[in-house]
Amino acid sequence: MGVRIGVLDLQGDVSEHIGAFRQALAEAGLLEGSDVITVRRAEQIPACDGLVIPGGESTTISKLIDKNRMRGPLEEFQGGIFATCAGLIVMAKDVPDPRVRSLGLLDIDVERNAFGRQKDSFEADLPIKGLDSPFHAVFIRAPVISRVGEGVEVLATVDGAPVAVRQGKHLGLSFHPELSGDTRVHRLFLSGL
Amino acid sequence: MKLEELRFGTELLKRGFASMQKGGVIMDVVNAEQASIAEDAGAVAVMALERVPAEIRKAGGVARMADPARITEIMDAVSIPVMAKVRIGHFVEAQVLESLGVDMIDESEVLTPADEQFHIDKSLFSVPFVCGARDLGEALRRIDEGAAMIRTKGEAGTGNVVEAVRHMRNIMGEIRALQGKSTQEMMDRAREIEAPAGLVLDVAKRGRLPVVNFSAGGIATPSDAAMMMQLGADGVFVGSGIFLSQNPQQMAKAIVEAVNHYDDPRTIADVSRNLGEAMKGLDIHLLKPDEVLQTRGR
Repeated sequence: MGVRIGVLDLQGDVSEHIGAFRQALAEAGLLEGSDVITVRRAEQIPACDGLVIPGGESTTISKLIDKNRMRGPLEEFQGGIFATCAGLIVMAKDVPDPRVRSLGLLDIDVERNAFGRQKDSFEADLPIKGLDSPFHAVFIRAPVISRVGEGVEVLATVDGAPVAVRQGKHLGLSFHPELSGDTRVHRLFLSGL
Repeated sequence: MKLEELRFGTELLKRGFASMQKGGVIMDVVNAEQASIAEDAGAVAVMALERVPAEIRKAGGVARMADPARITEIMDAVSIPVMAKVRIGHFVEAQVLESLGVDMIDESEVLTPADEQFHIDKSLFSVPFVCGARDLGEALRRIDEGAAMIRTKGEAGTGNVVEAVRHMRNIMGEIRALQGKSTQEMMDRAREIEAPAGLVLDVAKRGRLPVVNFSAGGIATPSDAAMMMQLGADGVFVGSGIFLSQNPQQMAKAIVEAVNHYDDPRTIADVSRNLGEAMKGLDIHLLKPDEVLQTRGR
């Protein structure tokens, strides 16, 4: 049984996500019958099993979601959403910043640029629930999760602040697993679909 | 997970930052108000300047790094990344910008070069750099010095896309030309274009530069921006084209949408309706040799 993964191609590191998911599908033995596509039109959304909202600028991505009339189809989407960095911000219930209109699909609040500017971006070996050894995580002008609702499971923290969560089929991450060449987090998402 | 186990300023973080800008528009701004307009229009970052390039041309004299007060004013006004320019080779201007906490430094031919022999050794910095290039050799020399992002130079401040097109076609064509070559031929080519052999082999293998490559220098309309995307740019810098147009707000939004829908002419037509005048442009062939910016640095 193959799966169809759609990467929202509005802005951000789309090709890195496509590469990482292709590799993850191959490593999970799911490549046969599966595909990874770019999603540029709202009509493509319902036909996917999983969606990716990539890293990029959350202000830009949230505007383009509305411009491309994707808000409704995303709210109604039945599959899982894999959201990294800007994607995590866009998925949150509340972002205390009027410049971003989030989707509210994850019952969390998110603080943008919580660690600071690019000079405060960092790499770290991060223990993640469900993985047997730490994951090399890349945080770029990263957000943190400031409130976690019921039914949301925290998978990882940095200095006490949640940076990875799961709610149903959705995974929300402050960092960029698509940049580290390790597909374990992508496979964790695939196994939950 | 404790904060003391973290690593900062690595190559992966620098190139990763640039990757997050892909598919986006980076806009030149000269004050907090323009920066907010750019952010509101959907810019992925702003370039904080004392003057936009067309005004730098008019002003003449030596063009330098912007006043730190102006840069911090802009950093305080927006939540998106803020970039700023330093003169080619001026590593102290770069140290100053790094200390301010700008998110990326543009070592730019738009300012008057401070060193005609050496570019900044960008590997010594933890802040990422973007540099201009007109051809593959120049792009790879900059990457070898530590640039995390390349932008084709074009001819800044002209509102004329012709040089941006020339430089993007050059780089894309040179990458395609590597594909059929043997390793020995690629090594030979590396010597011809004065680029490190390892990087030439890497480019041939990837079929693209190892870092993000934006287009810059002359983009003035939504169609200009979309054309650069179709020619293979990962995103665009728009300098004078927005705030010297008749309706900056509308022009900024239109260019963001045109980049998002770069292969959909109907959307580009829609966003181009009633935009008012684009910036007044310059004919490249009428520039005197000392007015040409792209030949600065090599």
